[in-house]
Amino acid sequence: MLNNQGRPTAPGPADASAHPTFTGNRALLQQEPLLFEIGRAETTGVDLPVPPKVKSRLGKLKRSGVIGLVGLSEPETMRHYVRLSQKNYGIDTGMFPLGSCTMKHNPRLNEKMARLPGFADVHPLQPQSTVQGAIALMEQLSHWLMTLTGMPAVALSPKAGAHGELAGMMAIKAAIAARGEARTRTVVLVPDSAHGTNPATAALIGFSVRAVPADADGTVRVAEVKKLLGPDVAAIMLTNPNTCGLFEPQIVEIAAAMHQAGAYFYCDGANFNAIVGKTRPGDLGIDAMHINLHKTFSTPHGGGGPGSGPVVLSDRLAAFAPVPFIRRKGDRLELVEQRKGSKAFGRMTAFHGQMGMYVRAMAYMLSHGADGMKQASEDAVLNANYIKAGLADLMSQPFGDRPCMHEALFDDVWLKDTGVTTLDVAKAMIDEGYHPMTMYFPLVVHGAMLIEPTESESKAALDLFIMAMRDLAMAAKRGDTARFTGAPYHAPARRLDETRAARSPVLKWTPPKAAAAE
Amino acid sequence: MRYLPHSETDRAAMLARIGVASVDELFADIPAARRLKKPVDLPLAQSEIEVERSLAALAGRNVPAGSVPFFVGAGAYRHHVPATVDHLIQRSEFLTSYTPYQPEIAQGTLQYLFEFQTQVAALTGMDVANASMYDGSTGTGEAVLMAHRVTRRRKAVLSGGLHPHYAEVVRTLSDMAGDTVVAMPPDPEGREDLAAALDDGVSCVVVQNPDVFGNLRDLTPLAAACKARGALLIAVFTEAVSLGLVESPGAMGADIVVGEGQSIGNGLNFGGPYVGLFATRQQYVRQMPGRLCGETVDAGGNRGFVLTLSTREQHIRREKATSNICTNSGLCALAFTIHMTLLGEAGLRRLAELNHANAVDLAERLEKLPGVRLVTRAFFNEFTLRLPVKAAPVVEKLARRRILAGVPVSRLLPGAGLDDCLILASTEINTDSDRAALVAALAEVL
Repeated sequence: MLNNQGRPTAPGPADASAHPTFTGNRALLQQEPLLFEIGRAETTGVDLPVPPKVKSRLGKLKRSGVIGLVGLSEPETMRHYVRLSQKNYGIDTGMFPLGSCTMKHNPRLNEKMARLPGFADVHPLQPQSTVQGAIALMEQLSHWLMTLTGMPAVALSPKAGAHGELAGMMAIKAAIAARGEARTRTVVLVPDSAHGTNPATAALIGFSVRAVPADADGTVRVAEVKKLLGPDVAAIMLTNPNTCGLFEPQIVEIAAAMHQAGAYFYCDGANFNAIVGKTRPGDLGIDAMHINLHKTFSTPHGGGGPGSGPVVLSDRLAAFAPVPFIRRKGDRLELVEQRKGSKAFGRMTAFHGQMGMYVRAMAYMLSHGADGMKQASEDAVLNANYIKAGLADLMSQPFGDRPCMHEALFDDVWLKDTGVTTLDVAKAMIDEGYHPMTMYFPLVVHGAMLIEPTESESKAALDLFIMAMRDLAMAAKRGDTARFTGAPYHAPARRLDETRAARSPVLKWTPPKAAAAE
Repeated sequence: MRYLPHSETDRAAMLARIGVASVDELFADIPAARRLKKPVDLPLAQSEIEVERSLAALAGRNVPAGSVPFFVGAGAYRHHVPATVDHLIQRSEFLTSYTPYQPEIAQGTLQYLFEFQTQVAALTGMDVANASMYDGSTGTGEAVLMAHRVTRRRKAVLSGGLHPHYAEVVRTLSDMAGDTVVAMPPDPEGREDLAAALDDGVSCVVVQNPDVFGNLRDLTPLAAACKARGALLIAVFTEAVSLGLVESPGAMGADIVVGEGQSIGNGLNFGGPYVGLFATRQQYVRQMPGRLCGETVDAGGNRGFVLTLSTREQHIRREKATSNICTNSGLCALAFTIHMTLLGEAGLRRLAELNHANAVDLAERLEKLPGVRLVTRAFFNEFTLRLPVKAAPVVEKLARRRILAGVPVSRLLPGAGLDDCLILASTEINTDSDRAALVAALAEVL
């Protein structure tokens, strides 16, 4: 059928793979060379005035030779990075149920607020009299975090979750040293199911790690903890809700046992999103807990950061916080930058932490309010349980069919004898338009699949996800292995050879001639 | 609540499907006595207009750098960032993506990280760079730990020209890990003899160039002395733009180069988020902290990129990892890479020349003021003055006249006897009239 301009309006039959293109592009999906293959040394996309002639004060240190950088004009730069962006999957693209990472909606109001010149264009070392509003925002954020966690102190400056862990464990080490037990209390208990950052953090500051086995139901028993306790134990690092998506039912008893043994309780707060407004870590006996503002409080992950990891502290540890901290002096706020005259253990980072993230988190908190944050946690938990209920008959669960918190954990028992692995399932999900769940974590579960939908997904989106996962599960079970083992077929790249990348690492671009000469 | 999609009907249907009567049944594992019975004592949800209003009120109580003649540096610098940069980093696919664990749908992130690593390696004159650290200061702490792993020694010597905040980050980490730190006294004139502090127990010497007082330092003799003693030279910078005009630390013999990348592509943000740059020699690559992006091919034979050498990292190696770092500064690294792409070799050189010219002009004018002495001999865009009076009150007085005049050394090093010292930076954003206003105001208050 033709319209009145003679233009066909209905498509003919087509198989995309049978029609390779000259450029290698596939319509909106463009091949994009590396910057260094299209840039030129003499090209710049920034117009700058000719510098006035001055008598150089560089001494003998003027750079000799070329740097090796290339430039692009502004339109070329725009196109290069827009094309790269189109090879990425983000929360705004579709469902991103990456367990333990809380990929919730990132409100653009937060971005707008963080860019107000009064926050974005102030220097960390301006006179404090000229940044009272910025310090007030930090104080307000502190108040909200302390109220939500029921803890009396917070150190804002840690730059991400693992950095917050480090700050919390340093506070514990400082408190132990102040008791004169630095030489004797050197062991930290860490469950096998913990995030890798926990043992790495403990080891970084000289603790040795003693593993705590989990019970058959995926939680830690106080009886097991007590067996491992002794005068050499400094602390336990426990994630709650844990990495299996379960609230630790004996957490209060574990805290009491730690305190009775003269040790401290560090809680990994990565999963705080499940319990905001439902319970307070301070009421559970926790001494220190980091909060990932880039998880629970919606600051964007940005392809791997920047994050922000404030750590809340109990009365036992409050005095041992790092600098800087905020002090009120009449109607003025002061950022105390020197540790002199306090028990503060030192500085985690230059300046005052991730101000840009504080503003975004504050915008999120003000938007939700106490009521909205509780509702968000309830919806996050509701969504995870809804997915679990929708998949439980087809996919196996390591710890039986019981309610989970904000993430649903499956193992790979249901894939036995199918020839399909957890990795294959993840790659097939990509073809279905989803970002895969967290896979092979926690390490204590074979072929783990950890699904965290967050509160941002609608019922309709969850229903479609469940149907897609059910279709994949049935395909695996009926032997349609090609759909999995070769996946993804429709992504910007096919499966990548990680072994090759690690065997002979190529970590930067090298000019072809030089590469040939090597 | 505008961010939550469910209606009450949805919630009821979902609870029914799960087979529970209320959402609280899903929270049954929380001990009953520890469940919150009433809402926490915080305000209720607010509309977008209300949130904007209250945050704008706080922002309005600060003095933005762009609203006044501005000369504050000492570790963070105000440069012009092209509009393209902020637009591109807010693309959904960059802003709302995660660490690229699924490379088939993260080639955008991985390719820019590969470009970032290449740019940083070129700029620093080193073989390899990682995919970023939190910032320059934490990168410096990690560099010291890395040097300890490489040399199997546990003593670091810190230059008296190292930014005091950086020195304190190193000291905090070292104290906690039981390592030794030898900190040289503050060195505003860049005259210290670091080679004399070397002995066979020293793992590394940490020296900043330009240093916190602005001095340019030739690291070449120190690199030779370190090599002779089996110690590593860690070269730090806080002003990345300087590398457009100043000899690279790699060319001067550094073993690890670590710096703050904020100057390129990133705003002041009251101290963060920034982006740590970290580069080293090929032979030490497996001792590096942080993420590394590497080239490979996909199943179709096409070039692609993945995170690699991850057996160094915490999620694989746990307590034996080279660092505990996980999330780093991806989006700030992207801003750096885009701005650096716009500048290119030619633009970066010109930008650096402009900075130097502005700083030289300012120094020449200030030197002429009675009682004022320029302490720094060779410098890039930042230098230190000795005033005839204490610097901190002068800075306060000038702030009241709406001029942000620099950082009094006493803010960074209280009690060091340098209360009359003032660190000033002048970048391409300063106009001739900015500098004239500062000189005139300073002449009046002194």
